[in-house]
Amino acid sequence: MKPAHEPGHMLVVDDNRLNRLLLTHALEQNGHFVFTAENGKVAMEMLRTKTFDVLLLDIDMPEMNGFEVLEAMLNDNELRDLPVIMTSASDELDRVVKCIEMGADDYLVKPLNPVLLRARVNTSLEKKRLRDQQRRLFRTFATPEVAEQLLREGFSLGGKYVTASVMFADIRSFTTLSEKQEPSDTIEMLNSYFALMFDAITRNNGTVNQMEGDGLMAIFGAPVYHETHSESAVRAALEMIELLKVFNEQRIAQNKGQIQIGIGIASGKVIAGFTGTQHRATYTCVGDAVNLAARIEDHTKVAKQPILIDQHTCAALPNDIAVEALGLVTFKGKQQAVEIFTVKSN
Amino acid sequence: MSVIDEKTFAELKQMSGAEFINELIDTFLDDSPRLIEEMESALKVNNVDSFRRAAHSLKSNAATFGANELFALAKELEILGKENKLTETGNRLKALQESYESVLKELSELRS
Repeated sequence: MKPAHEPGHMLVVDDNRLNRLLLTHALEQNGHFVFTAENGKVAMEMLRTKTFDVLLLDIDMPEMNGFEVLEAMLNDNELRDLPVIMTSASDELDRVVKCIEMGADDYLVKPLNPVLLRARVNTSLEKKRLRDQQRRLFRTFATPEVAEQLLREGFSLGGKYVTASVMFADIRSFTTLSEKQEPSDTIEMLNSYFALMFDAITRNNGTVNQMEGDGLMAIFGAPVYHETHSESAVRAALEMIELLKVFNEQRIAQNKGQIQIGIGIASGKVIAGFTGTQHRATYTCVGDAVNLAARIEDHTKVAKQPILIDQHTCAALPNDIAVEALGLVTFKGKQQAVEIFTVKSN
Repeated sequence: MSVIDEKTFAELKQMSGAEFINELIDTFLDDSPRLIEEMESALKVNNVDSFRRAAHSLKSNAATFGANELFALAKELEILGKENKLTETGNRLKALQESYESVLKELSELRS
């Protein structure tokens, strides 16, 4: 383990000048770089423009108090993980408890004890270092949304019901295409293709949670719920088709084969969560909407349309997205016929 | 009789060093009259928040230097502010002012 007493950037927030002086002096004696703010409002502005390692926060302040700062930080992805040490008078411990419940990490009683201050600040610095490391690791192996959920709620297997839109996308006649080219070309083509599709999906708040061969599955509206998940999914699909046009133009210019894709989207209640073991798990979702989206995607071959959606997705779309009803389709293994719509790309 | 707790002041001096303790004393003597004034004007217009906050700061600063009587008076006034009972302050603010005068005298002597 690295020593925990490396210098850090500290932000001291207190409306009392004497307290600011005392804290600054003690922290500087330990080699830290210290910045100060006289109330929560000034502190929030500084937190959003500069990077700090530990925040030392007073509770009772004019303009914006300690509680309000904690709440604002909790709602900010970039600030949520910053360690906070509350500095308070010995007779306000009941309020400190509330601060800890709101996400503060630790507290110090004023007047300050320099030995305690050093120990608590070092612990917070170590916490910050670990959190940064964890965040980097999660960002490498999981999608940003899943990484955020893991960081916020911790890792647990098991799922919950969510209302979401599920998308399946597949390359049409990819097999014949791959026989005509070198394996390395195929991998390169797939990588460029996936990069473009990921981009369109992520930009529209979707999460790609499965990739298999030339197909992918994406979820909109989970892990983070958003009301317009159906619209987001369809807009992502339209962008994917647009991007593919550009992609194909480049392929033609390089004298290479073009690719066509099929996209199926269905919306409804699904069970989303982590599946797997404690050591290896993926975020996924299961349920009728998932099966239906997969079937609809397969149906794009028959319908000869690039984007097909179910009635629940269609009902949630705004007027500027043009759709056309294709009538009822009975899928294999399903009792009831399902109404299918095609989305018109411009 | 001393109004500054010897042990508290010695610890503060040891922690801050001879030079910095002077800066701390100056800051305290600079801020305290302003805080007392703030309490007086807040009392006149029944501004509970301003009264309580000024009392809180003065209490905190008194504790730093071991000015125990000043601390106790400021704390009583802070509680009255918290409980919205500014009409019950009686002669406590006057007592606080007097206590501060003694602290001022002693700290000025302690300042090297």
